[in-house]
Amino acid sequence: MAKNVFKDFLNRKKHIIYNIEFWKTLGLLSKKNNYATEATFETKPCKLYRLEDAPSTSVTLNKEDALRMYTRMHTIRRLETSIGSLYKEKIVRGFCHLYSGQEAVAVGIKEAMRPHDAVITAYRAHGWTYLMGVEPLGVLAELCGRQSGCARGKGGSMHMYTDNFYGGNGIVGAQVPLGAGIALALKYKGTDGVCIALYGDGAANQGQVFEAYNMAKLWDLPCIFVCENNGYGMGTSAERASAEVNFYQRGMYVPGLWVDGMDVLAVKECFKYAINYAASGKGPLVIEAATYRYSGHSMSDPGTSYRTRDEIQEVRQTRDPITSFKEKIISTELVTADEIKKIDGEIRTTIDDATKKAKADKEIGLDELCADVYSINLEPKIRNIDPFTPLVHKRIGPAVNFK
Amino acid sequence: MATVKSLTLFGVANKATFARSFSTSKALSAKPMTVRDALNSAMDEEMERDERVFLMGEEVAQYDGAYKVSRGLWKKYGDKRVIDTPITEMGFAGIATGAAMAGLRPICEFMTFNFAMQAIDHIINSAAKTFYMSAGRVNVPIVFRGPNGAAAGVAAQHSQCYGAWYAHCPGLKVVSPYNSEDCKGLLKAAIRDPDPVVFLENEILYGVQYPMSDEALSKDFVLPIGKAKIEKPGKHITLVAHSKAVETSLEAAKELAGKGIECEVINLRSLRPLDIDTITKSVTKTNHLLSVEQGWPTCGIGAEILAQIMESEAFFHLDQPALRITGADVPMPYAKSLEIAAIPQPKDVVAAVKKLLKVK
Ligand SMILES: Cc1ncc(C[n+]2csc(CCOP(=O)(O)OP(=O)(O)O)c2C)c(N)n1
Ligand SMILES: [Mg+2]
Repeated sequence: MAKNVFKDFLNRKKHIIYNIEFWKTLGLLSKKNNYATEATFETKPCKLYRLEDAPSTSVTLNKEDALRMYTRMHTIRRLETSIGSLYKEKIVRGFCHLYSGQEAVAVGIKEAMRPHDAVITAYRAHGWTYLMGVEPLGVLAELCGRQSGCARGKGGSMHMYTDNFYGGNGIVGAQVPLGAGIALALKYKGTDGVCIALYGDGAANQGQVFEAYNMAKLWDLPCIFVCENNGYGMGTSAERASAEVNFYQRGMYVPGLWVDGMDVLAVKECFKYAINYAASGKGPLVIEAATYRYSGHSMSDPGTSYRTRDEIQEVRQTRDPITSFKEKIISTELVTADEIKKIDGEIRTTIDDATKKAKADKEIGLDELCADVYSINLEPKIRNIDPFTPLVHKRIGPAVNFK
Repeated sequence: MATVKSLTLFGVANKATFARSFSTSKALSAKPMTVRDALNSAMDEEMERDERVFLMGEEVAQYDGAYKVSRGLWKKYGDKRVIDTPITEMGFAGIATGAAMAGLRPICEFMTFNFAMQAIDHIINSAAKTFYMSAGRVNVPIVFRGPNGAAAGVAAQHSQCYGAWYAHCPGLKVVSPYNSEDCKGLLKAAIRDPDPVVFLENEILYGVQYPMSDEALSKDFVLPIGKAKIEKPGKHITLVAHSKAVETSLEAAKELAGKGIECEVINLRSLRPLDIDTITKSVTKTNHLLSVEQGWPTCGIGAEILAQIMESEAFFHLDQPALRITGADVPMPYAKSLEIAAIPQPKDVVAAVKKLLKVK
């Protein structure tokens, strides 16, 4: 069954117009220094649900955009690779969910976001944390449980936060109503900010998701519900868990869009449209981003008992979001292969250095066991394991949400 | 055909009497078995014995369970009796409870009890209270099971003990087994029990092997819910614990034995009902009491035990105030050194015992 979804994906590719001559005749390629300053790409159209007009299928990029998007996607990939190794070295503990394969979703959305838009996601959060402004060291050190971590090592893989980024939630589905609540606050405060609430195809079945849809629609909340359909919730294919696998239609009365989540440009265009829609007071949207995860569900799942190695290989070879984007920007002469090589090297150095630093970093002191339980602690002492050594509460973290 | 078969099996199952139970077991010809296999064999045997028993939960069938506790059951019993659910705890806990109301004997697996919080309304409002509200007309013979308590390196949302939460609620029976024998005997008892049972396993112990006596290996091995087990007799102090904290206490007891202090270690096995008689008897002998648990202190299992001792005759047998060793009163941190500091270690128990007994 999963195969069908997959075939569908394959049929959808090759929609980009690579033909450089064509763009030249349109005057969109200037041949200064032998490469283009701008290129326009065609994307696979979104599928629409209860919407009249569609996101544009034509995306124009300049060199800077292209390099930024490539850098971001590739950084996330390297970050995850490094995290995978740290897990194997037993430095990263517990549950560890990698985002490799899904980079185009987060990077594409981020391209369309404005500074005052917010994001909340589930436990597959390393990439988003980086995109929302935490340096690779902050992510890596958090995973190592060290003090330079963005949550001082107290949250770990699944719980990272920063400005306008509300986690990092380990409870499947919980982030969806939270996202609607963040949207409510944005509207309440009179901003035109929107909240992007991301969840998986598995999470899409939680009851609270539908409760959130209803209230968001009822109250026209500026919330964009994003179902990252990577085909599986743990070892269960979407078809085995969902009576309706067109996730973009599952908001019933909430309009929806399906987007090719392996194409960063399609995602970017889709979200430019969606953010504009939600910010203009029209209420929520449900967007299904069709994507794929390369690794197992978490590091402890080999990820090969419920899908074939061939399936994974096929996606890697034919639809990889980074490789395909790289091909596009090189073939349109927007960037050169050498430039890409240089960036790859820089990213490698950045991540390797950050990894070394994270490993060498210290854990916070035991005095912080009892830090930040409360904003205003009312208990004179907090009970420890025994009654003889009470803990003293401390405030440390500056709140990012009270300004 | 299936219906005919199941009808006859229903008849048999209804007549089946509870097997004799053993609260202590001889380890003469003890074979090692992991907690995981003990749980698996308990479900397997009960599914074989009673056609009404079925298993439902996330990844329990085709994936063999997220922690492989249901390994092989789907292959053996098929789609009808081992059911993969979507990630919808509230929904499937309600469905399982409804099926129990209508005469089936569901085992409702939560991938971990952290996720049962999504479904706690059905556990308490639908399962625990219905028998009472219906004046004894509607039974809810269901088992809610899954890993509970502190896991390793998974931070606050995935690491906490729900023992006290469920033990708080009348109408529920709450079991918190320690080793393989506990798990097998008590899970079988829970499945056969006509009331809703919350069965709290420990993920960290799944892969640990414990000896299984011949009795425990038998298909008739059932342990009584509500009876504690004296894991190690002793005369100087009583240590009462459940789940992984039993191990912490046994390790502490071992260390203390080297210093001439003999601890009596009680494995509670069951949190509701709480076997206060066994504790009382022990305290009457040792005159000292220390409770040990991984859960939070406030309104915890230790708090309940100490309160019940205060309210009873046993209080007069105490030479020193009873004390609690608990998890620290904070959400679980991810960082390793902090995580260790948040959970009772044998050294914490040793220190508290020494303090209580006023020895250096
Ligand atoms: C309420 C709840 N139930 C179960 C789990 C265990 N769990 C964690 S991730 C997951 C699968 C989720 O799949 P999906 O939503 O598709 O997201 P993906 O992992 O594919 O990104 C499950 C069952 C959980 N964390 N929370
Ligand atoms: Mg998924």
